[in-house]
Amino acid sequence: MKTKHLYAVALSTLLFLLVSGCGVPPEAITVKGSDTMVPLGQRWAEIYMKEHPSITIQVTGGGSGTGIAALINGTTQICESSRPMKPEEKNSVKEQRKADVSEIPVALDALAVYLNNQNPIERLTMEQVAKIFKGEITNWKDVGGKDTAVVLYGRENNSGTYVFFKEHVLENKDFAEKYQPLPGTAAVINAVTKDAAGIGYGGIGYAKDVKTISIAKTANAEPIAPKMENVLNNSYPLSRQLFWYLAGPPSGEIKNFVDWVLSPAGQKIVNEVGYYPLKPDPAASQ
Amino acid sequence: MTRKFRNSDGGLEVKPLPPTETPLNSRKSRNERGLAPNFLAEFRNGIDRIAEVLISAVALLAIAVIFLIFIYVGKEALPLVWGTSDGATILSPFATPFTWQPVSTEPKYNVFPLILGTLKVTLIAMLLGTPLALAAALYTAEFAPPRLREWIKPAIELLAGIPSVVLGSFALMVLATWVQDAFGLVYRLNAFTAGIALAFAIIPIIYTISEDALTAVPRLYREASLALGASKAQTAVRVVMPAAIPGIAAAIILGFGRAIGETMIVLMVSGNSSILSLDPGLPVRTMSATIAAEMAEVVVGSGHYRILFFIGALLFLITAILNWAGDRFNRRLREKLFGSA
Repeated sequence: MKTKHLYAVALSTLLFLLVSGCGVPPEAITVKGSDTMVPLGQRWAEIYMKEHPSITIQVTGGGSGTGIAALINGTTQICESSRPMKPEEKNSVKEQRKADVSEIPVALDALAVYLNNQNPIERLTMEQVAKIFKGEITNWKDVGGKDTAVVLYGRENNSGTYVFFKEHVLENKDFAEKYQPLPGTAAVINAVTKDAAGIGYGGIGYAKDVKTISIAKTANAEPIAPKMENVLNNSYPLSRQLFWYLAGPPSGEIKNFVDWVLSPAGQKIVNEVGYYPLKPDPAASQ
Repeated sequence: MTRKFRNSDGGLEVKPLPPTETPLNSRKSRNERGLAPNFLAEFRNGIDRIAEVLISAVALLAIAVIFLIFIYVGKEALPLVWGTSDGATILSPFATPFTWQPVSTEPKYNVFPLILGTLKVTLIAMLLGTPLALAAALYTAEFAPPRLREWIKPAIELLAGIPSVVLGSFALMVLATWVQDAFGLVYRLNAFTAGIALAFAIIPIIYTISEDALTAVPRLYREASLALGASKAQTAVRVVMPAAIPGIAAAIILGFGRAIGETMIVLMVSGNSSILSLDPGLPVRTMSATIAAEMAEVVVGSGHYRILFFIGALLFLITAILNWAGDRFNRRLREKLFGSA
């Protein structure tokens, strides 16, 4: 009697798994990539799915590099990236997926430099930030702070933010040996909140419980705060675009989703998450 | 064939078997023996044979899978021997400077900081974890009252079931701050903190296996020692522990294997800087954490990708050699102690 029972349970479990496995609707849209953009992608997906209950959208992070690799391998439909794709990556997509890459800027971001709230420093020049992360400045007193060693945090090298920071701040020089790469921007924020001597970088949308400093392009220039108006007029030195990449032009359900993201309704969410909407431009939703 | 019977006097009497009866282990089927086929027995025999074949097949499959994984890892790293299109060769992991900067205008793939980092964290974890685990095992096996033992053992074994990501989170959020404050360290995430967190992961392994080894020591040893006037503590340390040494050695080797391959804890807590230094207060990057952090992102077939597989193969090799050496050591110890393996 008992064994029969067990068989029945096993069989029904198997059946359930089979049925639920088939139950994934074919129009599930996959979004993968930039860790900076995960909160944004998730919020978009949440609201869009509420308005269109028949559609499933799966958003995962991992880093821009991971997303681009997934787009090349065909394991994601939409790739989120916080850096522009390199020409060789676009070529890889063309070779593997037999389609041209569509590049769609979806939001703006200020790549912020985070400090612990106890750190008295309010502003740095680009050169100072670069020297700190290259390991040429190792004590806060050299940039007007307390006499304590600087502790560097940042992202792993699969991150678009890492690459952007390396290109635009370090001018492609290497990070200091004692630079601590952490998995994800949330980990960087967590580390800086807990470390009075810490400095990190990441998207403005993550900046909670940390100080985001103003940055001056040169020693004589006015330091600019990472704020919406400064990103929109491009005066903040680390303003950047956040992208969606597709293999081929958007079509079907994906096109509807992309159009909605670029519409005022979608762009309003960008602001809620903490990033900045694209310039109010009616041509954006082409 | 004969069979022995007792006769009426109680003495043994040897009688030949009746000619129709053949022994059960005869190769002849019942049919050949002139009996009706016993389907149930045949059926059971068949089932037995199928089960035997299935079990061996599964065992072989497991070995084959491990072997194939190693072949795969080696195969992916192999193109380094003749060099990849982006200029990485088998010498790149050993080329100076001693830094790991794989994403750079001039990639630097030196693996020494990673190897040293791995050994540093593992050693710290072993130094902290082994004495604690052994002391706990000795206490539960020799001194704890039986009722307490019933509680302690499952409780520590439960610790082994904690996912390493949970241990890592705890270490990242809570432990790292305590350690930094207690020792006045500059770096909140460092090799020492990672070593402490890793010790939590290996203590249950070392504890369980060595506790089993200690309990397996025959009662006679203890009784003999106590009868000769040794105290309980003397018996435990000088008699029971030496007798259980092979098991304890196996426990330590297994703990070491777990520590060296553990990924999530070190990825979260070690700070991941590739620094060539012995200072336990500095952040550290291990081989396993490097693979975990970078494998998902690399362009398949690039030099960076090949070198990550090379590190994987190296890690595999290190653990294989350690296991082999440990096994040999263990066997020799057994021979020395008990005269046979």
